[in-house]
Amino acid sequence: MELLGNLGAELWAVLQTLFAAAPYIIGYILLILLMMVIWSGIKRLLTPKHDYSSLKTVTFGDESAVTSNTVASVVSVVLIFVLWGAFTGSKLLPGFLHVPGPFTGDASFTYTITTPDGRTDDATVAVIVHPATVETAAPEIEPGDGIAKNDSTAIGAYRSQLLRVDRNDDMGRDEETFITAVNGEPIAPGDEVRVDFGTVAMSDKGTLNIIPATGIQMEPIWLPAPEAVWVRMTEIATAGYRNSTLAEHLGYSLFRVIVGFLLGALVGIPLGYAMGLSNWFRGWFDPIVEFMRPVPPLALIPLVIIWAGIGEVGKIILLFLAALWIMAIAARSGVSGVRISKVHAAYSLGASKWQIMRHVIIPNSLPEIFTGARVAMGVCWGTVVAAELVAAEKGAGMMIMVASKFQSTDIVLMGIILIGIIGFSIDMLMRWAERILVPWKGKG
Amino acid sequence: MSGLQLDKVSMRFDLPNGSSVQALKDVSLDLKAGELLSVLGPSGCGKTTLLNIVAGFLAPTEGQIILNGHTVTGPAAERGMVFQQGALFEWMSVRENVGFGPSMKGMPKAEKAKIVDHLLDVVGLQDFKEKAVYELSGGMQQRVALARCLANEPDVILMDEPLGALDALTREKMQGLVLKLWKETGKTIILITHSVEEALLLGERLIVMAPRPGRIHKEYRLPFAEMGVGQDLREVKKHPQFGETREEILGMIWDMEEEIMGRTETA
Repeated sequence: MELLGNLGAELWAVLQTLFAAAPYIIGYILLILLMMVIWSGIKRLLTPKHDYSSLKTVTFGDESAVTSNTVASVVSVVLIFVLWGAFTGSKLLPGFLHVPGPFTGDASFTYTITTPDGRTDDATVAVIVHPATVETAAPEIEPGDGIAKNDSTAIGAYRSQLLRVDRNDDMGRDEETFITAVNGEPIAPGDEVRVDFGTVAMSDKGTLNIIPATGIQMEPIWLPAPEAVWVRMTEIATAGYRNSTLAEHLGYSLFRVIVGFLLGALVGIPLGYAMGLSNWFRGWFDPIVEFMRPVPPLALIPLVIIWAGIGEVGKIILLFLAALWIMAIAARSGVSGVRISKVHAAYSLGASKWQIMRHVIIPNSLPEIFTGARVAMGVCWGTVVAAELVAAEKGAGMMIMVASKFQSTDIVLMGIILIGIIGFSIDMLMRWAERILVPWKGKG
Repeated sequence: MSGLQLDKVSMRFDLPNGSSVQALKDVSLDLKAGELLSVLGPSGCGKTTLLNIVAGFLAPTEGQIILNGHTVTGPAAERGMVFQQGALFEWMSVRENVGFGPSMKGMPKAEKAKIVDHLLDVVGLQDFKEKAVYELSGGMQQRVALARCLANEPDVILMDEPLGALDALTREKMQGLVLKLWKETGKTIILITHSVEEALLLGERLIVMAPRPGRIHKEYRLPFAEMGVGQDLREVKKHPQFGETREEILGMIWDMEEEIMGRTETA
């Protein structure tokens, strides 16, 4: 019962986050629709094309009339970078596309103190808000006349500062003298006053908290600008990170995937053939394969670390296991999928069992095996990154995990993008190999 | 002893629920070398089972098949088979498909190439030699299947509805081709078909089978195959005896189907 209550609370928290995100999601959808309207307008201006699809009068519900619009794809990808740049103040984008950023520059405000006997005096606080990366000293100022003395401070963008402006005054808290107004507006502990560069709040103890406006751009520590990620990538590509260059990190990950996958295929395909061709082998391995297949390879990581440590052997065993079951099942269904009429035809053309294996069963199972190989490569790539996140000395996953511990968001982003590109390239490569090597796929 | 003999072939399948189905009962037949037999019958009369037994894919529960004096125990190159469709090897080109039998025998390349070229000429596919089989139309694919079977020089050719999936016009052309090949090669052919016209046109002998248990119901000897060689098959169909026989057989099969329906309804 308590569990249900807890889960209910968690669900509510998730829903609240979703509701909070709803305006942005709706905005994004409206943007998509707007682009669509704009593009169809542009298209109408261009010379109309009379291809077969454009002459169809029934397109809604006709699956074959729906193709991926290249323009939409391009706009979608460009938009991701534009939004990324706009919310990080990227220098690659013209300034008018930036969303409001944090306030930087010189600013000032005045505060008023009131002594126990009712006298008041004003003083000015000069503030320099500087980008976090540029160390700046507080400006020199004249203390000025009266009880309250002028102050100055330097604050990094996105930061705030608690400042005891009354510390240098002639009368302070010890003399029961308190700040009572900022820029002429009355203030009390817990209150805040808007100023032209942000807000000034007062803590419970009466100290002023200067909060320059942060705008709605992302702080680099949460989301660095695209060019910052690029700079970091070129830097790591040459200088390396954690004693290894970028190529070494990625190379190690790829090496593990390829070796693990090849070993898995080398054992899995014959195993699948045996299961497809012999009742005894099918019966023997069915329980093992059917049990092991739904176990996510990631769940094996702890065991593999206990048994084989965090070195290459452990990783390769893990990837071997990830590929093994997929390849075995693919080979098994490839063999089972052979049309009996093909086998019969081969027998009545005088083929021996071995010839049938070599000329009918193996070529007939290749398309299935290739499909399995594509899935297995994808799973292996995902598994290696996850395994490296847990423990590794080199590798793409290790790189981003360590970077995240040091809040190096630029490295994390770079790593994620590279991992994505490599995963995509692997899939493209497998598809290409499939087209070249098994052109008869799906033609039987 | 030459030719193909079916000696009281019976086939009974045991079902998982303990009962059994008598698919064939005492089917006997004596085919001389070079005879062309077509087999007709309602669905479920055991035509395909019979052909699979002759091909050696199934062992009969009783009786035996004797080809040229020896008993058939399994599939062999002496009995070639042409299937309805989907039995070509799509990972091989037309040339490789036709040359499959000779390759399996380890025939030298030059000799094999000669056979393949000749047969592709015969079936009119010389220009498609290097194409993948899935690039060909259904009719062309069946011509490849015929050529592949002939390349192996079988004594008997078994055809399981080889033209069943073709459109009417292609089918007619292919019927002409089958007759031509039969006459030129002198092979013994057993052809299973659903089409009464096709059975009449291509059957020097014709058997009509009856179901439950599968057995030979009636046998005909017909002149049409001989008449049709090299001729317009549409002319053959105008022959008065052709129409009469067709109506007779159609009526026969109709009655059998009716009986099956009646039996299932009362059962």
